[in-house]
Amino acid sequence: MIIAERKPFDEIKQMIKDYPKVLIVGCGTCVAVCLAGGEKEVGILAAELRMALELEGKKIEIGETTVERQCDREFLEAIASQVEQYDAVISMACGVGVQFLAEMYPEKPVFPAVNTTFLGANEDIGFYTERCSACSTCYLALTGGICPVTMCSKGLLNGPCGGPVNGMCEVDRTRPCAWCQIYERLKQQGRLDLLKGVVPAREFKTKPAQFIHPAYKKKFERPQ
Amino acid sequence: MAFTPKIEALICTYCTYTAADMAGAARMQYPATVRIVKYLCTGRIDILHILKAFEAGADAVMVSGCEVGDCHFLEGNLRAQERVEYTKHLLDEIGIGGERLEMFHIGASDAPQWAEAVRQMTERVQALGPNPLTVKRRSEVQVEEKS
Repeated sequence: MIIAERKPFDEIKQMIKDYPKVLIVGCGTCVAVCLAGGEKEVGILAAELRMALELEGKKIEIGETTVERQCDREFLEAIASQVEQYDAVISMACGVGVQFLAEMYPEKPVFPAVNTTFLGANEDIGFYTERCSACSTCYLALTGGICPVTMCSKGLLNGPCGGPVNGMCEVDRTRPCAWCQIYERLKQQGRLDLLKGVVPAREFKTKPAQFIHPAYKKKFERPQ
Repeated sequence: MAFTPKIEALICTYCTYTAADMAGAARMQYPATVRIVKYLCTGRIDILHILKAFEAGADAVMVSGCEVGDCHFLEGNLRAQERVEYTKHLLDEIGIGGERLEMFHIGASDAPQWAEAVRQMTERVQALGPNPLTVKRRSEVQVEEKS
């Protein structure tokens, strides 16, 4: 899932200082699970802003709402009447949600309340670790289920650099070297021969990605 | 004259509430400054519950659960402790002040400790003064009345 962390309070307060009516929109999916932008976090931010601004002597009206997903138009359309009543909107969704919300309501200033951080796993409540870089070319079949693009500090595709010492990464000595882990995993599975192949250089994205499911090509694909 | 603070006490039913109940039954004397909200476990206490108490005008909030290692739900009191620490930071950012919030661990048989905790918190809040929001609201009402 997408992991995000809330921006510092002062940064958020600064963004909305000129608007008397602000709507905070939460997202009930990824950012709710990682405790950054769900319904509860909307409530906390709203309470913080109300109290802090009242202490500063500023009159501000703060609305709260949370949609199931901010990356789906149908959920964002449902809050049109609420958005209309406010001068600005704070989105607590990931960067996708913020952009989609801003796109749907272009007349309203939309401010992000979280920093979208990575694609990660939910290790425990409040503890998340990165696993995927969404690079569009998955190498996990060749690397024993450990992603070299994400887990190797240098994103190397053909084995380790010369730096690891006792299985630890040279960039951060407290972290294990991903390629040492890949070697151990493949050795355990008896698949070390996979390391003899050469992986060609990865294609870096030069434009925003787009994906159309094969079953929907007729509907969405533009004629060339 | 020192003001009489309004302290919201969010406490666990198994340990601290039993201690508070015992303090009452034993007629122990402590300041009448606390309003108790009973929870099944302090692990249920949310950051938002604490913030809402301050927003409603509480001068302080005390969270009190079982002693460390004694939680009926194993680690509810430890989770509450972490949330309280984080909420103190939020209160500092807001301008209310993190020292208006404190976590206590009071066992079911520790009635004197409950009475002492309330005394301590009351003295602390009397030194700090009322919730800054209450002060602000009162001053605004006075300005309106004058005009």
